[in-house]
Amino acid sequence: MKILVCISKSPDTTSKIAFTDGDTKFDENGVQYIVNPYDEWYALVRALELKEAGGGTVSIITVGTAADDAIIRKALAIGADEAVRIDAEPTDAYFTAMQIAEYAKSNGFDLVLTGKETINYNGSQVGGMIAEGMEVPFISLASKLEVNGSSATADVEIVGGVQTVEFGLPAVISAAKGMAEQRIPNMRGIMAARTKPLNVVAPADVSALTSFTSYAMPPAKSECKMIDPENMDELVELLHNEAKVI
Amino acid sequence: MSTLVYINSNDGLAKNALEAVTYGKKLGGDVNVVTTGGADEATLASLGEYGAGKVMVDRSVTSNDPGQIANVVKAAAEATGATTVIFSHDFIAKAAAPRVSVKLKAGLVSGAIDVPEGNKVKVNVFSGKAFGYVEVNTDTKIISLLPNSFQPEAGGSACGVEEFNGNAGEAAIKVIETKKPEGDIPLPEAELVVSAGRGLKGPENWGMIEELASELGAATACSRPVADIGWRPHHEHVGQTGVAIRPNLYIAAGISGAIQHLAGVNGSKVIVVVNTDAEAPFFKAADYGIVGDAFEVIPRLTEAVKNFKAAN
Repeated sequence: MKILVCISKSPDTTSKIAFTDGDTKFDENGVQYIVNPYDEWYALVRALELKEAGGGTVSIITVGTAADDAIIRKALAIGADEAVRIDAEPTDAYFTAMQIAEYAKSNGFDLVLTGKETINYNGSQVGGMIAEGMEVPFISLASKLEVNGSSATADVEIVGGVQTVEFGLPAVISAAKGMAEQRIPNMRGIMAARTKPLNVVAPADVSALTSFTSYAMPPAKSECKMIDPENMDELVELLHNEAKVI
Repeated sequence: MSTLVYINSNDGLAKNALEAVTYGKKLGGDVNVVTTGGADEATLASLGEYGAGKVMVDRSVTSNDPGQIANVVKAAAEATGATTVIFSHDFIAKAAAPRVSVKLKAGLVSGAIDVPEGNKVKVNVFSGKAFGYVEVNTDTKIISLLPNSFQPEAGGSACGVEEFNGNAGEAAIKVIETKKPEGDIPLPEAELVVSAGRGLKGPENWGMIEELASELGAATACSRPVADIGWRPHHEHVGQTGVAIRPNLYIAAGISGAIQHLAGVNGSKVIVVVNTDAEAPFFKAADYGIVGDAFEVIPRLTEAVKNFKAAN
């Protein structure tokens, strides 16, 4: 089985969020980039588990510039066989997804895995767009994935519960918490990652449909009102009359 | 200008469906609703009260198959000449809206929190730590509205309902089993949430959290460490890598408020924090703070809520 795992870079979860150039660009000053946690912890690790159980290959793909090679090596250290970088600035979800769909179609992958969203843009768009580009099923927000030959089952999130679904391959799956456990790369993995193939591929001709024009920080939170721990009647009164939430 | 709102009516009309129709009305112009699912005609007609001019229902789609839903939405957008297509940013929109975006080659804006200004739409980015403005470069735009950003506004009267054949095609995804825990309030839609963390010392101490939640009619949640060590189920984990929620009230006991936790709850309208440590970072994000022992404060709060309910 050939598995393709889409990875995106995202700022470390503890990064200070700030903007420059008149609030039009994310301020990368002092920001450490990581592999987006949903892509790494759930999508990539589940792909490796499926390969370990049933054989096949795991390839990593990202759309980005040479600056992203560092996070690609981080992902390779966890255990994939090879990586592909589509050499372009990922301008929007549509552009990114069409690049990956193109590559996945022409290279005959059985499974394409993404994280459920990135922690910087939270769009949840790329997976569904890849599926549409490939004209295959899209299984969104999966917390469990099992492959049985040419079909697969997954547990997916629905309102107030979970649904178990079955579908044919190839398919695109977006991975949520529960699909796998985070793996910490070991020294052997880190050494091996240095020499694994990283293929740089020219982008297909696609135009973005959207663009981020500016950013803003939320207004500062007003001072926290401290309540006497003995006086919970006061809290209830404030929640009712002042905050009007109960 | 013509707006098309997709809602799912498999389980009747959820609040976020009414929010999406209300939002569509705020854009001005015609509002048509397209739906899949089994709600009866009178229920669907009631969407007129929230601003729908017409409801088109394709009853051939009975599951949440995103491929089928995308086909129906595309057909309805073309049939009505829609320039804006609205989804509520729930699990169905996350699966179907990207497919519609590719089908229509129309820019998709996910997690909108305000009405568009021209072609620009305000969204949450960086897990709620900042706002972004997304410009759509195509004539048709698709907006997926973050739930609980607008409240439903009724005022109009019932509208017409017509059967619609959206050429849905075959379902590619077969549902084998549906599991919905009975009685629990689903966390992503809960308006009130009571949450606790490692400060509770052990899973056996969650009784008081559940009691407070049940007294308030709230859902229960927890921090990541608590889910990771198995004190609470994973689906209760709120935070950057768990569920992101936007309730009206979030009560957190024994949670220090690490930045990753805040990312999942900072969309809450009001935050109450109970912690023994007056220096806990969560107090900086809170509206009301109580420096005290959760084991004393939470039962006292439950009692106060009981008294309040009895008096009102």
